[in-house]
Amino acid sequence: MEQQTLTEHKGAPTSYGIYVLIWLALMALTAITAVVAGINLAAFTLVIALLIALVKSSLVVNVFMHVKYEDKIFKIFVAIAGGVLSVIFLLTFADVYFRR
Amino acid sequence: MSEISLPESAKHTEHAGHPKKDVHGIKMGMWLFLMTELLLFSGMFLLYSAYRYFYTKEFHEAAMYTHTLFGTVNTMVLLTSSLTMALSITALEKGKKWLSVTFLSSTIALGLGFLVIKYAEWSTEIHEGIYPGSPMLFRHPRGFELFFAMYYLMTGLHGLHVLVGCGLLTVMLIFIVKGKITQEDSVRLEAAGLYWHLIDIIWIFLFPLFYLVN
Repeated sequence: MEQQTLTEHKGAPTSYGIYVLIWLALMALTAITAVVAGINLAAFTLVIALLIALVKSSLVVNVFMHVKYEDKIFKIFVAIAGGVLSVIFLLTFADVYFRR
Repeated sequence: MSEISLPESAKHTEHAGHPKKDVHGIKMGMWLFLMTELLLFSGMFLLYSAYRYFYTKEFHEAAMYTHTLFGTVNTMVLLTSSLTMALSITALEKGKKWLSVTFLSSTIALGLGFLVIKYAEWSTEIHEGIYPGSPMLFRHPRGFELFFAMYYLMTGLHGLHVLVGCGLLTVMLIFIVKGKITQEDSVRLEAAGLYWHLIDIIWIFLFPLFYLVN
């Protein structure tokens, strides 16, 4: 049991290949963002750009920042922080919107 | 009490590396710091959003003055630096010290490259008469000035973080070379890596907000 948790924690180093793959995905998403901005989709342009940014950052958090391979406590921690942030953004947006 | 709240594997980290080093605690501490950084930038993102809502048309037009090419190239530079950062940690964990040093040096070089491009970009804009309080911006509607105030504030603070990150990674580089960060005890490099990736994430959001309003 002890041996198992020890290896689980230290784990095998994440392979170079996975990182390169994620990097390729990030570069492709950047290219897509730039191309989509060129097409006029009116109000959707920003929404799409931000959605792509969200996908990119979740790739960075999960793989580059290793959250995917960490203990559950890190995942909970990041999820709570993300949740609190989205509440802050949502309430502020509501305030700005209804104030006008 | 503290024994119970610790994650299961944290109790066993003492076996690896430094006898008294709490690997989980160090990483969690770094994450906690990153959350405060996130709050710092979130305040500015909120302000940007509110201004953008009130000055939609002006923000739209002002964003055409930023140079999309500079922004796109810098995004790719920073993403690549994040890759070499991650590779550096893997290399060290596999016991390849000098490969790790090479990757980490590339990360620092790319970070400095980002700042050089940023410098060129700001110079171009200042040359065009775009800087906070410039006569050129005053001739435009108020939203223009606000857009560029946010632009210089947010990219400036982000640039400062890149600079600090480069310094931090240089210290880590020296630690690896001197054998203070090793295959068995690599948590400091991992924590520094977390900081570097956060800088990357912030840029991922700055990029569409300042460069891609067509």
